Amino acid sequence: MRYVDEYRDAETARALAARIAALVDPGREYKFMEVCGGHTHTIYKHGIEDYLPENITLVHGPGCPVCVIPMGRVDDAIHIARQPNVLMTSFGDMMRVPGGDGSFFDSNAEGTNIKMVYSPLDALKIARTNPDQQVVFMAIGFETTAPSTAMTILRAAEEGLDNFSVFCNHVTIIPAIKAILDSPDLRLDGFLGPGHVSTVIGCRPYEFICSSYGKPLVVAGFEPLDILQSIYMLMLQLSEGRCEVENQYNRVVPWDGNPVALRVINQTMEPRTYFEWRGLGFINYSALKLRDAYAKYDAERLFAVPGVRVADPKACQCGEVLKGVLKPWECKVFGTACTPETPIGTCMVSPEGACAAYYNFGRFSRQRVREATQV
Amino acid sequence: MTDTEMYQPGTAHKTREEEVLDRIDRTRRARARVKEERITLSHGAGGKATQSLIEAIFLEEFRCSELEPLEDAARFDIDGVRLAFTTDSYVVSPLFFPGGDIGDLAVNGTVNDLSVSGATPLYLSVGMILEEGFPVADLQRIAASIRRAATAAHVRIATGDTKVVQRGKADGCYINTAGVGVIRHDIVLGADRARPGDAVLVSGPIGDHGVTVMLARGELDIAADLPSDTAPLNGIVAGLLAAVPGVRAMRDATRGGVATVLNEIARASEVAVVIDEAAVPVRNEVRGACEILGIDPLYVACEGRFVAVVDGAQAELAVETLRAHPLGAGAAIIGRVVADPPTLVLLNTAFGGTRIVDLLVGDPLPRIC
Amino acid sequence: MCLGIPGEIVEILTARPDLAMVDVSGVQRAINIGLLDEVPVPGDWILIHVGFALSKIDEAEAKAALDFLESIGQAYADEMAALQASAID
Repeated sequence: MRYVDEYRDAETARALAARIAALVDPGREYKFMEVCGGHTHTIYKHGIEDYLPENITLVHGPGCPVCVIPMGRVDDAIHIARQPNVLMTSFGDMMRVPGGDGSFFDSNAEGTNIKMVYSPLDALKIARTNPDQQVVFMAIGFETTAPSTAMTILRAAEEGLDNFSVFCNHVTIIPAIKAILDSPDLRLDGFLGPGHVSTVIGCRPYEFICSSYGKPLVVAGFEPLDILQSIYMLMLQLSEGRCEVENQYNRVVPWDGNPVALRVINQTMEPRTYFEWRGLGFINYSALKLRDAYAKYDAERLFAVPGVRVADPKACQCGEVLKGVLKPWECKVFGTACTPETPIGTCMVSPEGACAAYYNFGRFSRQRVREATQV
Repeated sequence: MTDTEMYQPGTAHKTREEEVLDRIDRTRRARARVKEERITLSHGAGGKATQSLIEAIFLEEFRCSELEPLEDAARFDIDGVRLAFTTDSYVVSPLFFPGGDIGDLAVNGTVNDLSVSGATPLYLSVGMILEEGFPVADLQRIAASIRRAATAAHVRIATGDTKVVQRGKADGCYINTAGVGVIRHDIVLGADRARPGDAVLVSGPIGDHGVTVMLARGELDIAADLPSDTAPLNGIVAGLLAAVPGVRAMRDATRGGVATVLNEIARASEVAVVIDEAAVPVRNEVRGACEILGIDPLYVACEGRFVAVVDGAQAELAVETLRAHPLGAGAAIIGRVVADPPTLVLLNTAFGGTRIVDLLVGDPLPRIC
Repeated sequence: MCLGIPGEIVEILTARPDLAMVDVSGVQRAINIGLLDEVPVPGDWILIHVGFALSKIDEAEAKAALDFLESIGQAYADEMAALQASAID
């Protein structure tokens, strides 16, 4: 596969690993946070940590839009799905996220009609072909996905559909990064910036991280070599005493972002004053809602959602994992009470969640496995 | 850990992470329970939920020595004749897809379960559950497919049943088939027979069926030139058993895919299975579709592929034997069995790293077969 | 949710100019190209995310990136070869 296979080459990986190792100061520990859940997934799926020296630790951040959805919002979505004639549509990742009273999957077992879709456009198609159903799209994601929801709303308006609406749970990345930076528990040396969010917002929004917090950030692609190269670029910055935003993923990310995407987001949506993030608490101006002009497509206005705040189960330490304070296996319930089939928290349920990634891909003792996997 | 444990000669000092992993391992080995109050689609996906359901409810209620191995077919002796007996139900949607239909699946699926158990398949039963309003022409088509598939597999449909349910149930047509076959006395196979040093083979490219059916549903708007791989495996399996005496186990990789089969073998034999990502054959189109949807081909159902574990010394002979058969053109050695860490399936990524391949959780592809 | 895949434009759909047929490793799907500020042409590569093209892949940058990675790989291979050669003595 072009633009994919070249970035999975093992030879080049060894070469990059050697260069990274050469830059490491033996007495020092390095902690880099990869913000984006997609990066966490790639890191574990391809075994990238096997290429890093012991003193470099990758800390998993909160950039997993499924992971940060509070249980109360899942309950709200199920409440909408239970209304007469409602056909709810959702990305696959959301289907097993536990709310206060079960997940979408569980809810379907009780009689709701929540269908998995690949694209919001698929939801629109379902609305067109099912005029007697109220089709609701559960919109989640960072700025990567918000433009797609926005375009879909604009299309719905163009076509004059009156049975389509969006339950908007889009969140924005900068406030989350800022919350991490302001967190007293964490000491990081740099960031791997979210590659696909950056195709929309560009690289400028990260500049404050260097200027105000003194940490470098490299916008990274999602193939294993992209990640290794980005780590190399961070190490190079540290060794050369530089602190700036760099774009490793420049084959896809324009420095100024995508103006069309930003425009359609702005046309259809506006920031919420505050929004609750699972594990991080309430963050100001960190999420989006539909503008008044598009009220007709706003499920939150069409259906009265309970909006009840559901506290995370006592055992759940998702918050600390999302902030990178705890590694997945350090959570008290990891792997025992909380597993991918019986998840307590979202970090375990989303395929991009740090706990899921570690449990599904990385749950083995490196020492024991080293012998097993030698040819 | 007590002081004496810690300083026991030969006991490596465990890191905290290793302690956590051990604790998790113990939890995974604990008795299966079904915590849900209602059946969800996960229970039919072939992964962890299915396993829990089978162990906690069916095995508990029906327990007997023939059922316990939970292999693809039950094996038992009657008056000196070794028989294999199996059943499968087919609820695929859509009923007709590129490369076949529910009729083909119904025959091949059961033939294959018998074949990988080392049996020569002989007779099938066909139980049909039809929805009120189902077109008779479609039923005719399916019946013709069953006939053709049975002829190709050298089995006979010896008995059957038909029921009709009200409009809205049975999604057109559901089929159950049961099958019986005879096993030669010298064939000994079992998922618990894998040992360190064995080689792991797959008979061809994986994931074709699952992806074909998913695309055929039309909901994803993805087009590809890809047919289902549904096929009767009795010929190619018989060829393998005849040429290679050291076959330990075979499983057809249906619901849950190759990953599920490997996990079942690793668990049953208490060994580790290590596979090389670069060695696993996957068609470009399957890869493309899986990349778009974020699904791993290792978990996607096949309906005409099987996994074989053979004595390491006979691996080359085995793969050549498979490749000599038309259905085995893409056969490959994908990995090997090692002793440690037991019950885990490990993958050497093409990139050079390592990760585990766990049992499927949830249900990325509902109703593939 | 950050799943973005590179795909090649094979056809702009004349009936629906906001859609293009895109090929990913032999698999094809109609993708909405409305977020791109320049209309792509067949042969262009784009990044696909949930049915939309988010960005056009800059082939020049991609080539430069790969050349750089290859050079690292080559330099490493050269060094390893030199290491091997010196060990033989």
